[in-house]
Amino acid sequence: MKMINLTINNVPVEVPEGTTLIQAALKAGFKVPSLCWHPDLAPTAACGICVCDVEGYPVPKRACATPVTEGMKVNTNSRELRELRKTILELVLANHDVKCPTCVANGKCELQQLAYTMDIDMEKVPKLLEMKPIDYSSPSIVRDTNKCINCGRCITVCNDIQTVYALTFADRGFEAHVDTAMSWGIGNSACVNCGQCTVYCPTGALREKDDTDKVWDALLDPTKHVVVQEAPSIRASLGDEFGMDMGTVTPGKMYAALRALGFDSVMDTNFTADLTIMEEGTECVENLKKHTGKPVITSCSPGWVKFVETYYPDLTPYVSTAKSPMSMFGALSKTYYPEVHGLDPKDIVSVAIMPCTAKKFEAQRPELARDGVPDTDIVLTTREFLRMIHEAGIDFQNIKEAKPDEGMSFYTGAGTIFGATGGVMEAAIRSAYFLVTGQDLENPNIEAVRGLKGVKEAVITIPGFGDVKVAVANGLGNARKVMDKIQQQINETGSTEYHFVEIMACPGGCVGGGGQPFGNGIAQRARRGEALYKEDANMDFRCSHHNPEITKIYADYLEKPGSHKAHELLHTYYFGRDKFKGQVEKQTTGLDSHH
Amino acid sequence: MYQEIFKKYEPTKDNLIYILHDIQDNHPQQYITEEAVLSVSKYLNVPINHIYGVITFYGMFSMKARGKNIIRLCESPPCYLKGCDNIYRKLKEELNIKQNETTEDGLFTLELCACLGVCGNAPVMMINNDIYGDLTEEKVVKIIKDIKGEK
Repeated sequence: MKMINLTINNVPVEVPEGTTLIQAALKAGFKVPSLCWHPDLAPTAACGICVCDVEGYPVPKRACATPVTEGMKVNTNSRELRELRKTILELVLANHDVKCPTCVANGKCELQQLAYTMDIDMEKVPKLLEMKPIDYSSPSIVRDTNKCINCGRCITVCNDIQTVYALTFADRGFEAHVDTAMSWGIGNSACVNCGQCTVYCPTGALREKDDTDKVWDALLDPTKHVVVQEAPSIRASLGDEFGMDMGTVTPGKMYAALRALGFDSVMDTNFTADLTIMEEGTECVENLKKHTGKPVITSCSPGWVKFVETYYPDLTPYVSTAKSPMSMFGALSKTYYPEVHGLDPKDIVSVAIMPCTAKKFEAQRPELARDGVPDTDIVLTTREFLRMIHEAGIDFQNIKEAKPDEGMSFYTGAGTIFGATGGVMEAAIRSAYFLVTGQDLENPNIEAVRGLKGVKEAVITIPGFGDVKVAVANGLGNARKVMDKIQQQINETGSTEYHFVEIMACPGGCVGGGGQPFGNGIAQRARRGEALYKEDANMDFRCSHHNPEITKIYADYLEKPGSHKAHELLHTYYFGRDKFKGQVEKQTTGLDSHH
Repeated sequence: MYQEIFKKYEPTKDNLIYILHDIQDNHPQQYITEEAVLSVSKYLNVPINHIYGVITFYGMFSMKARGKNIIRLCESPPCYLKGCDNIYRKLKEELNIKQNETTEDGLFTLELCACLGVCGNAPVMMINNDIYGDLTEEKVVKIIKDIKGEK
């Protein structure tokens, strides 16, 4: 790789060719003020805050979109640059609904931090904002255009990274704003609720639909029995908020915090992640044995499920009929759990803590309800859970670790790695290998499917079957690449080279979910994912089929994977949706017995 | 219903603007309906958010039903210096509508636009495809009357 030498504020620095000025400056030890730029996204050069002086150029250059050149002499901080940046920032603030004290992004907002560090006097900023209505049309995402600064990050993520095509710039000049097609609102768009726009939004303009009040109401209602589950990635996403290292895995503190909040029963989605492996793994092995030439594609990620229903309805018959771990837990929390504990299912409120905005949508799917009551009553994102911990004044860092309630909480390493891209695949391979050969893998670590690469492929040799070709994609743009290939192969030859495919809607998998803390970029996702693999490596049980609570629930209640009872409770069906509003057009699977 | 128009264009992305113009010009109310956007999206395989972005970006496109005669008054600096704001006020009074609105009889829609390229005759407006220059308040009233008389 060709290296480029330049000086930034007289500090010499050497960076690879193609590096932008803003990144070179970081390496030289200077953080150039910026607003629209994010290291994970292609620069849009929309805001102009990152202007720098480059010797030989008459006007300042935007550091985010300027590649370095040999011998470049750069100044990041002059009187003129400061004035320019302050003027731009004042213009942005003049059109911003400054409601910092009550904003969900308070303390995390990049605009707030920049205005503070750049010493903006709000008294001198005129108020030019004309308030527009807030978009509450989606079950997952709220869009408040009054807080939008037109940086365009959400549009980049939605169109370029996720290829969902829900958001766009509309109008121009002073009227330019982020919108959905025809201003129909997020709930009436192609949006799959992945929520990546909320994670990358520098302000509070895009955020999750807040359901914390509903949870508080349930917790404070003595007639309700409130059950809670937490997704695998949650335990790796809480500690850093309270001063612990990024990616610290804290299941004990997580359970303790939930008990302190007053949940009647604290169990764990990781248990149903193991259960998902039993059902999905069995489905996969059956498919392998039949040599169908068709893949089994994972169904855990609700953003992905809506995406495949919208953009590849013809491939929905290959999506595993197994419900997601959350919805398996939801179904059991309204059936098995009350039966065991002698409770009336009507009194149970089933709450899920998810790294995911799309889970709010999943919970509202009519087919995942019993007599019109959703199996999962309320879904909270990581961000909402963190706010509840803060509101309750829980000292998370020092809280004494607690154990979960038995029955639906024991988990193996296979369950915990569900939270990272490739984790479901790895967990499934561990159990599929056992189901075919009757033996465990000598080395349960399937390194080839780990890591943040967009599309990962591997061939696993299972004695007695042969080679199993798998693909893992994270991020919907990458999912599209794999689906296009599978679609083409099936259309042309009637079969595909892939046996098993894992798709996660969010880059990095669930640790990178749309409900994760604001600003949770690729670097943070990597740390959280690694932490889950570390937790897995240290566990006594690393395969779902060795989970004693799984053995027990099949013996006591579900009979065996794929049984009639398991199908009734743990499997579902899918639809085709239109590409404009994401509305259901027709049911595409589950009409026959089983594919 | 747009098949006649689509037939004239290859289904490639770069034909988007031509197709939108064609659709708008062929609509009696000179606008692009939501239904048309969906049809174009299917024909070109371009997502509707992109099409909506293009339509709203360009001032010549409208997604609102418009009148038989579209008045586009230039508000660029030369016309502004020559008093287009007085013309604008007079037009609003005369037609009893505001910006981007259409008269009740469906005869006129009033829009503001950028430079029409005839700054020598500022202030200038365009009604449909005809340019009217050196406007005065009196002149504007007469132009409107004449067009009304034509109907």
